[in-house]
Amino acid sequence: MEELANLFHGFAVALQPYNIMLMIIGITLGVIIGVLPGLGGANGVAILLPLTFSMPPTSAIIMLSCIYWGALFGGAITSILFNIPGEPWSVATTFDGYPMAQQGKPGEALTAAFTSSFVGALFAVIMITLVAPLVAGFALRFGPAEKFAVYFLAFCSFVGLSKEPPFKTIAAMMIGFALAAVGLDSITGQLRLTFGVTELLNGFDFLIAVIGLFGIGEILLTMEEGLAFRGGNASINLRVVLQTWRELPAYWMTSLRSCLIGCWMGVTPAGATPASFMSYGIAKRLARRGNNFGKGEIEGVIAPETAAHAAGTSALLPMLSLGVPGSPTAAVLLGGLLIWGLQPGPMLFVEQKEFVWGLIASMYLGNIAGLIVVLTCVPVFAAILRVPFGIIAPLILVLCAIGAYSVHNSTFDVMLMLVFGVLGYLLKKCNYPLAPLVLAIVLGDKAEEAFRQSLLGSQGSLGVFFSNGLVSTIMALGLVALFWSAIQEGYSRLRTSMA
Amino acid sequence: MTERSGSDSGPAHKTLEIGMALLIGAFGLVVIFGSIKAGINWGAEGPRAGFFPFYVGAAIVGASAINLWSAQRDDDGRLFAEWGQLRQVMSVVVPTAIYVGSMPFIGLYVASMVFIAWFMRWLGGYRWLTVAAVAIGMPVVTYLVFERWFLVPLPKGPLEEWLGL
Repeated sequence: MEELANLFHGFAVALQPYNIMLMIIGITLGVIIGVLPGLGGANGVAILLPLTFSMPPTSAIIMLSCIYWGALFGGAITSILFNIPGEPWSVATTFDGYPMAQQGKPGEALTAAFTSSFVGALFAVIMITLVAPLVAGFALRFGPAEKFAVYFLAFCSFVGLSKEPPFKTIAAMMIGFALAAVGLDSITGQLRLTFGVTELLNGFDFLIAVIGLFGIGEILLTMEEGLAFRGGNASINLRVVLQTWRELPAYWMTSLRSCLIGCWMGVTPAGATPASFMSYGIAKRLARRGNNFGKGEIEGVIAPETAAHAAGTSALLPMLSLGVPGSPTAAVLLGGLLIWGLQPGPMLFVEQKEFVWGLIASMYLGNIAGLIVVLTCVPVFAAILRVPFGIIAPLILVLCAIGAYSVHNSTFDVMLMLVFGVLGYLLKKCNYPLAPLVLAIVLGDKAEEAFRQSLLGSQGSLGVFFSNGLVSTIMALGLVALFWSAIQEGYSRLRTSMA
Repeated sequence: MTERSGSDSGPAHKTLEIGMALLIGAFGLVVIFGSIKAGINWGAEGPRAGFFPFYVGAAIVGASAINLWSAQRDDDGRLFAEWGQLRQVMSVVVPTAIYVGSMPFIGLYVASMVFIAWFMRWLGGYRWLTVAAVAIGMPVVTYLVFERWFLVPLPKGPLEEWLGL
């Protein structure tokens, strides 16, 4: 019951007026970020991260995580009203959300989307509350070999679960590891891979990479389509909201299934986007009116939104308890922890109780606040979308530049951001996934440290990664994840040859 | 993705795909080279600095070789993008590069004003009044939010010095 007391203490922290104000600011900014093309959760949080340097860490994480919740909510608005997914995880929402809006039911679609998001998030937060302390307590016993095994599992899951070709995922990930290695070696204190460039002494900051890859890259992709932009109208009133709420409980089965899919995909670093597609696909197959999917079925909005939000939220579970973020945005938040002087990982639950439980409590409150904000302010946010891209694009580019500069007060970083932007555009076009690249930059040093420390202990023998039951299990799981697509292919070939 | 048709043309997707694989492979070679320089064997303190990056570089080269092979193999005739689309993209990349490159000399505020004005006028085709309002308004708001409210200093140039900000 200690957790419950901690949680209540967390609520007391999160309910301070200053924190509530930051929560609402964060949600509002987040929805705007989610609505605007080119500004997503990850780079939105990265740009705003420097603003929090002077805040107490708990308030800072509350604001930043609320930006994240807001972005998750905001993606649905553009998908439903304009058929433009503001975020990759809301692509699946367009399939049925946009037809619903076309049939004159935008209010129903939006209410269903927001409520499902809320349900998904709530489910994931409850799971985090119950599971995170246990995982953290378990992880406290981890040595360097186990730590490396966890990183290994996380990165292998990327290779096995992402829809991009596995060798492209590996290439992208390894670029990230290589970029992380540039600069001062943390163990020997030796310089490496700098090739005499003084600006590279401190290595590549992943925040710059995030802002470039996701921010600038996204703008360039949007520019391909030209500046044309179609506007639309939206209104939600209380009657529609209440009416839709009465309908929703009938779909409890879909919600529950989507929550579970979302949580699973969020904890393993597959992320919100595949979770939403998978949940949509399964709902389509299992629903009674599955044939109607794609023509404006409310269930087709509920399934992807619930899963996306559950996945987005539960991505914080491994970040908090193991120090391994489950998504690029979680990685940025983890970067924030390091900047505020906190060491992410299981020790947080021991040393920084107020921070952890304040954050968890703020997840409950932030999602309630988010639901209220989006339900009441949809017309305002839709109006933002009517500001033409010709005005929005330069403003976003300037914001990205400001964000990149203020990480280290360096104009070199701003140039680097542009390089990452062009690279991001090319990688995205060639179907290389960006999330593993970013995560590898964040975790590269830690993974390498764990790897070298384990080898030091074993005098260079790789057997240390299979020296006891725990570490062998994690490594074996990682190997299964790594070869998952090959295993699947082999299995289906076996089945066809048997038949 | 655009299908190949009579009217639009552009670089083939396959070409870019191969180029990307070669570029990443070359990057891998640079990483291997740098790691060897830092030392990839065991020293007195255990694995030396280049030990881990060396294998990372090797993995990059290996993965790129496979990506190159599969890019070579399947050609579905897709275009990477049309020339017109690429022109649109370059019309953002080039001015952004100038914007970013001029920042150390004239400061962020002046550079942003010029950049926003250029973008809105030439790419967006807005009236000068609208252009001026946004191009001046945004840096002023930025100044107030970042420098005054959150105390985050941004790069300044001769104009700010002259204004005494």
